[in-house]
Amino acid sequence: MTAPVVQGTRASGNHPVGFRVNGQAVNVEVAPLGRLSDVLRDDLGLTGTKVGCEAGDCGACTIRLDGRQAVACCVPAAQADGSEITTVEGLAGEDGSPSDLQAAFLEHGAAQCGICTPGMLMAADTLLRENPAADDRAILDGIGGVLCRCTGYVKIVEAIAATRDARLARPPDFASGASASAAPGAIAGSAVGSRLPKVDGLPRVLGTARFGADHRPEDVLAVRAIRSPHARARFEIGDLEPFRAAHPGIVDILTAGDIPGQNRYGIYPSGKDQPALADGVVRHRGEAVLALVGDERTIAAFDERHLPIKWHPEEPVRTIDEALAPGAPHLHEASPGNILVEGRLATGDIDAVLAHAGANAGTSAGAPTGAIAEIEVETTHVEHAYIEPEAGVARRVGDRIELTVSTQAPYMDRDEVALILGISPAGVRIIPTACGGGFGGKLDLGVHPLIALAAWRTGRPCRAVWTRPESMAVSPKRHPARIRAEAAADARGNLTAFRFHGDFDTGAYASWGPTVANRVPVHAMGPYRWGAVLATTRAVYTDNPPAGAFRGFGVPQAAIAHEGLMDDLAAALGRDPLEFRLANALRAGDRTPSGQRLAASAGLPACLEALRPHWDRLRAEARAQNRTSNGGARRGVGIGAMWYGIGNTALANPSTIEMGVTRDARVVLLCGAVDIGQGASTVLVQIASDALGVPVAAVDLVSGDTDRTADAGKSSASRQTFVSGNAARLAGEDLRRQILLLAEVDDGSITLEPAGADQPGRIVVTDREGRAVPIELAELPQVDVTDAETPCVLAGRGTFDPDTTPLDGDGQGVPYQTYAFGAQVADVEVDPALGTVKVRRIVAAHDVGRAINPTQVEGQIHGGIAQGLGMALLEAYVPGRTENLHDYLIPTAGDMPQIECILVEDPEPAGPYGAKGVGEPALIPTAPAILGAIRDAVGVRITQLPATPDRVRAAIRGG
Amino acid sequence: MGAYLRPTLLHEALGALAGGAPSGATWVVLAGATDYYPARVGHVPDEDVLDVTALAGLRGIEMVEGGWRIGALTTWTDLAEAQLPPLFDGLRAAALAVGGLQIQARATVAGNVCNASPAADGVPNLLAMDAAVELASARGLRRVPVGQFVVGNRRTVRAPDELVTAIHVPAPLPGATVRATFEKLGSRAYLVISIAMVAAIAEVDGDGRIARARVAVGACSEVAQRLARLESALVGQLAAEVAAAPADFVRPDHLADLRPIDDVRGTAEYRRGAALELVRRALAEVLA
Repeated sequence: MTAPVVQGTRASGNHPVGFRVNGQAVNVEVAPLGRLSDVLRDDLGLTGTKVGCEAGDCGACTIRLDGRQAVACCVPAAQADGSEITTVEGLAGEDGSPSDLQAAFLEHGAAQCGICTPGMLMAADTLLRENPAADDRAILDGIGGVLCRCTGYVKIVEAIAATRDARLARPPDFASGASASAAPGAIAGSAVGSRLPKVDGLPRVLGTARFGADHRPEDVLAVRAIRSPHARARFEIGDLEPFRAAHPGIVDILTAGDIPGQNRYGIYPSGKDQPALADGVVRHRGEAVLALVGDERTIAAFDERHLPIKWHPEEPVRTIDEALAPGAPHLHEASPGNILVEGRLATGDIDAVLAHAGANAGTSAGAPTGAIAEIEVETTHVEHAYIEPEAGVARRVGDRIELTVSTQAPYMDRDEVALILGISPAGVRIIPTACGGGFGGKLDLGVHPLIALAAWRTGRPCRAVWTRPESMAVSPKRHPARIRAEAAADARGNLTAFRFHGDFDTGAYASWGPTVANRVPVHAMGPYRWGAVLATTRAVYTDNPPAGAFRGFGVPQAAIAHEGLMDDLAAALGRDPLEFRLANALRAGDRTPSGQRLAASAGLPACLEALRPHWDRLRAEARAQNRTSNGGARRGVGIGAMWYGIGNTALANPSTIEMGVTRDARVVLLCGAVDIGQGASTVLVQIASDALGVPVAAVDLVSGDTDRTADAGKSSASRQTFVSGNAARLAGEDLRRQILLLAEVDDGSITLEPAGADQPGRIVVTDREGRAVPIELAELPQVDVTDAETPCVLAGRGTFDPDTTPLDGDGQGVPYQTYAFGAQVADVEVDPALGTVKVRRIVAAHDVGRAINPTQVEGQIHGGIAQGLGMALLEAYVPGRTENLHDYLIPTAGDMPQIECILVEDPEPAGPYGAKGVGEPALIPTAPAILGAIRDAVGVRITQLPATPDRVRAAIRGG
Repeated sequence: MGAYLRPTLLHEALGALAGGAPSGATWVVLAGATDYYPARVGHVPDEDVLDVTALAGLRGIEMVEGGWRIGALTTWTDLAEAQLPPLFDGLRAAALAVGGLQIQARATVAGNVCNASPAADGVPNLLAMDAAVELASARGLRRVPVGQFVVGNRRTVRAPDELVTAIHVPAPLPGATVRATFEKLGSRAYLVISIAMVAAIAEVDGDGRIARARVAVGACSEVAQRLARLESALVGQLAAEVAAAPADFVRPDHLADLRPIDDVRGTAEYRRGAALELVRRALAEVLA
């Protein structure tokens, strides 16, 4: 095999090396110290090997090199000479069929976004070659060097163990729905509720799925932002002409003055405040001030100290307190006092009830007369740490711009890019790539503005791939929160009052700060019946990185406060924490603090009842163990409960989806909802195919492309199953209605007879009496669908917008049409002398309405728990200090507890087949449950996150 | 773009080092490259690099007169898989804790020492083993104890014309029962930089008394340190007594020379307390 000639890749050079890759001999000329990952990807086109950090921290680029796992990003190209290399592309059979391990990953749902999958597969494949009987501990050791941010590793370990067992001809450890007699969704109407493997999963396990950085046209130019080393500064850019003359490889230089449209973007239509390129002032470290466009080698090797930028650093506003202090500099003229937005919910006379409760708290004759408790919580920046850094490529096509980019929100991206370029939204096409993890972080613009501007000006394809430090410096974070709350209960244990104030550090720009400030007051008191409530929030500007959307929009921070208070009240009243929550849980028929009556699908009581036997057993085990621990490790068990409104807060939130039939009898689902690994594509295909009444295999999916699909909103707020799911159901039902109408049949089954060599495509409708009515598709006229590339002769369309009302000044109204509920029990072991916490087990019960795909629901729960565990114990982003994945720690395979998922299905009448959402809900109760378990184990209430070993030890010693 | 050399013979490498780097700076010596690339994310390296991975005869562990010789190209995986006596148990535990398997298979034991990170997992173990670094140059060979080789954060006494060719580990006391351990404290299970760590080696005589105890603490000062006063205090004690009540024998002042810092992984105060606990646990383990 001779390497294809590609000019000027980052790793090309004149040092010849020869090696074998996937059984083929390769000779290629490299820069000797080029990274082998770059050689494989750019020079050999083997883009299955992913790059997540270039520092050996994440393992995404794991290959097999001379029989051992290696991270290709840390192998000098010259050292590959003479070696034998296997990449993910080498695992499949010669016919392209997946290996048994790849098939197991697909079947078990071990790949969600798929960005870690190639590395994970190479680690697992290498492990099973070395140790075919690897036990579960050995499996963890074998994949311990590969990070996954989606799955919590649970289904990865299951898939590897299942492969091991099958190879050893052992009965499988793990039951799998896919081993049932018929493949999931093979029979019309059977898809919903089945464990259908991801419809977009096969390319992810084969390594052929193309992510943001995998699109690299031949004549591409690289775009590199030059970023501020200061958190707050003014700057001047000197004369760039001599500089340009001295650097012939630089094709273009972009500064704020080059932006043809509006140099301000942001999530909300009003208050857009973030520049694509800073104009004389920077407000956070890492803000882009200039961009270089040129050939990849020049741009990669360029030393930015050569640029004529003069910095005037100023004292940054680091904290909420500094931002609110009198005389603090104002980050934005439109927000004097640095308050971006305030949120509020009020019901009842909070002051009177709390005063009364304060007077009555205590005991009388040994019996509690009431309880009052307060808590202060402090959380820090949390980084999304998706394994795929932001990446994409832009092309100018005539007077339009096309961006092939990793995103969660193609339609918002389209409108934002149009504003920046000063063209109409119709002039922008967003083609989402496979998205290597989002969690909210890819709801904001990333590489978009600068690649779009570069391509617009140069007329050449322009590409940017952020480095890990760049991604971590610039991408939005979970809001650091400072919360003060109090709660009261009467002698009988009824919750009488809840007062909450939360300040959220929204960083330098608005991003999703308003969403956090508005969502938190609705949820701040937790999923309980309260008397009086006052919940207020502020989003405060600082010179920190913008805080934006991150799985839960502030609710996970708030849950630490309300669950801590529930534990306090239960303790003061001598009540069991689970029973106390159950007694006060919101139920169908109750009114929420925003005045909304929950008509149905409020399954928290069922979740708590399902957890009760686990809770009782684990508490008893912990007590027994602690009686004999003798100063050693202490066990503890805690519980957290949550609720979460599905979709936008009291705002329009529509999705439109189309389902068409082509003349050759193919069914296409034109779906603007982006699958970011959570499984939206699979769920929507399941729903739409059942609604139409055809097997899932009959449905082809067109996903996300803004030229080919209608707007199905963004993949956020746990809304795709509920909102887009309803749109998909309506589209399928609409198409079905049209087909039955054409056949003049009231009801019947639909059979697709695709076009073959000797027959045109047709649909056969069989009525209840067994009479078959054919519909000849060739005879039908073409109908309009959004996708011009897929001419359809029949098309159904569904639009759904949740039924909500605006909230008044006291937060009263109907902010969401439905809510997810859930609770988790955590069993931990604390080493009191070292302050370390090992989470042994989590039992998670979630009311999802209906599990459209139980495998995917479990996957969301596992992944939510992993991120919740990280937030509780590990994760602290410090600007300028933890901008890599060895100082910023996310859970590894060895940090995950045993997880048991209990799916509670209290159907939502307005949901598609009863379904709600689970993406964010899964994360919210985890940290509160873990903190409660630490408290149960060692008697200390940790309120500053993360609960790192030093904090836990200090709390234990300090009392 | 700097120069790149990958010689196959030691004298070629030493010749290049003696001649100096073409740029006029010093050669960057490269082996497993696993510390090299993480320090250069987003940069295209332009140093003069001497890649030593093709040098013959530098990989593997062999018994030599008076102990063992760990060739400079011996990887952590090589060490983990080698047949070695209990003296190496702590170092072997470190071998399984340096990064992930991917790093362990390419990173070298000698590179861990040369990189001279305060959190290098190998260093406290090698200190406890009284290991010495073998340095070769056109001027000749010399051996420097690990404790004198690493002199600061990322600083060693290797001269620009020298190459580390091996690490020598002396044999334990004759007749003693040898046990070694490594206690690594990190915030997560894999891929974790140590907050604090302790290597301990005990040699116990036929009467159950401690003939020699060697204890080193890492990540609690710029350079890992042996606890000399504790070690002398332990000599002659009954191993079982120390193992049963290590807190009676290991006092905070034994760790007084440590100079831990506050950083994102933990506070200085925490490190002191954790190190004390880890020392007690390590001794309880090797003396049990």
